[in-house]
Amino acid sequence: MKWRTIFSSKTMGDDEVKVFGMWASPYSRRVELALKLKGIPYEYIEEDLSNKSALLIKHNPVHQKIPVLVHNGKSIPESLVILEYIDETWRNNPILLSQDPYDRAMARFWAKFIDEKILSTTRKVSFTTGKEQEHAIEEVTEQLKLLENEVKGKAYFGGEGIGYVDIVANFLVFWFGNLQEALGINIFSQHKFPFIFEWIQNQLKIDMVDECRIPKDKHLTYIQTKLAAFKSASK
Amino acid sequence: MGEEVTFHGMWASPFSRRVELALKLKAIPYQYIEEDLSNKTPSLLRYNPVHKKVPVLVHNDKPVAESMVIIEYMDETWENNPFLPRDPYERAMARFYAKFIDDKLLPTLAKLGQTAGKEKEETIEEIHEQLKVLEDELKGKQFFGGQRIGYLDIVAMILVWLHLAGSITGQKVLSTEKFPLIYEWIERVMKMEVVNECLIPEEKRQDWIQLAQRAPKSASN
Repeated sequence: MKWRTIFSSKTMGDDEVKVFGMWASPYSRRVELALKLKGIPYEYIEEDLSNKSALLIKHNPVHQKIPVLVHNGKSIPESLVILEYIDETWRNNPILLSQDPYDRAMARFWAKFIDEKILSTTRKVSFTTGKEQEHAIEEVTEQLKLLENEVKGKAYFGGEGIGYVDIVANFLVFWFGNLQEALGINIFSQHKFPFIFEWIQNQLKIDMVDECRIPKDKHLTYIQTKLAAFKSASK
Repeated sequence: MGEEVTFHGMWASPFSRRVELALKLKAIPYQYIEEDLSNKTPSLLRYNPVHKKVPVLVHNDKPVAESMVIIEYMDETWENNPFLPRDPYERAMARFYAKFIDDKLLPTLAKLGQTAGKEKEETIEEIHEQLKVLEDELKGKQFFGGQRIGYLDIVAMILVWLHLAGSITGQKVLSTEKFPLIYEWIERVMKMEVVNECLIPEEKRQDWIQLAQRAPKSASN
């Protein structure tokens, strides 16, 4: 396949890589994870989302959101777009997306599913109550079951080593568990999702995954503050 | 390549038509299956069990769902007439703006049919801001893809649909004065036979407007 030879290997030395991120954002963490896995040194800029920096707005004028990767002055927003950019620019191991077009399509399909379905429904679970929340909980449980099926019998979503979908699914390793604890709900347990739990154990064996840990207590406080603010704003 | 390509689509879906356009741009022969979304074929449900939606491309019995995933798959499998540029940064920008169209512009357009009065005015304002982003992307270019039609042009066909809808309903959200580059782009692409083949046929356009106004959430993706 000709496209495989398009991307050149970068020499690490002459690159300037910056990440504008936020410690509690699963989208931000996945970008850091990819860079760490590839051994790419980067400068990290922590953004206060209630007071976004002028630089963030300059690098992502369209959405004004994190994460943004800035590589030698060129800005790339949107975490999934960033992940593919990283994989295409730095061709060292681990290669995040398979060489096979069909496997790549499947990986992109599941990444989209995670973002457009699971994470989107999780937002509904967080910000609704009563019947609406119950319905959202049912919905996200069904969606997680589909993901459970995808990782059944595999050490990684990609197959042989950590890859694109594992990185996108990183929200399950720390973020999701913290969130459900803060919400006082129990969607996600080893009993209900044994294969995802096994996958999590495999992920935790990887140093860089642990380096991208979202500190639990800090995270619980952060979520509770956000929820309280939301509740008082919607009264 | 000795290939078997089947494509499950629906005539009124922009997501479906964009994949058709991609197939035609690469001159890939395919068998088309028109889906009745109120009575989906067992094949569709088998090939896209997760979403049960069109479009789905089936290549040598392997299904690919989600229009943008399909388009990238096609670009990587059939190397003629490449959609995405070679440079990783330019590829990232094409993907970014395609996502912008699907995640921002399309939902706002869908909202338009469901609003009235002040809310409608605000929605139109929002659409104008989003269209400005795309207008800026066209500066100094013939197509979103540069000199030739590419990945982002395929996704941006929704602008042609918006223009057609405006001509029929009389409600022109896309004005020539505010968006001259988009208008030039529309005129340029509408001269292409393949583009016209993937638009709603004239005789079905009134039906299509009524359909769009009744069902804001497209049953396809």
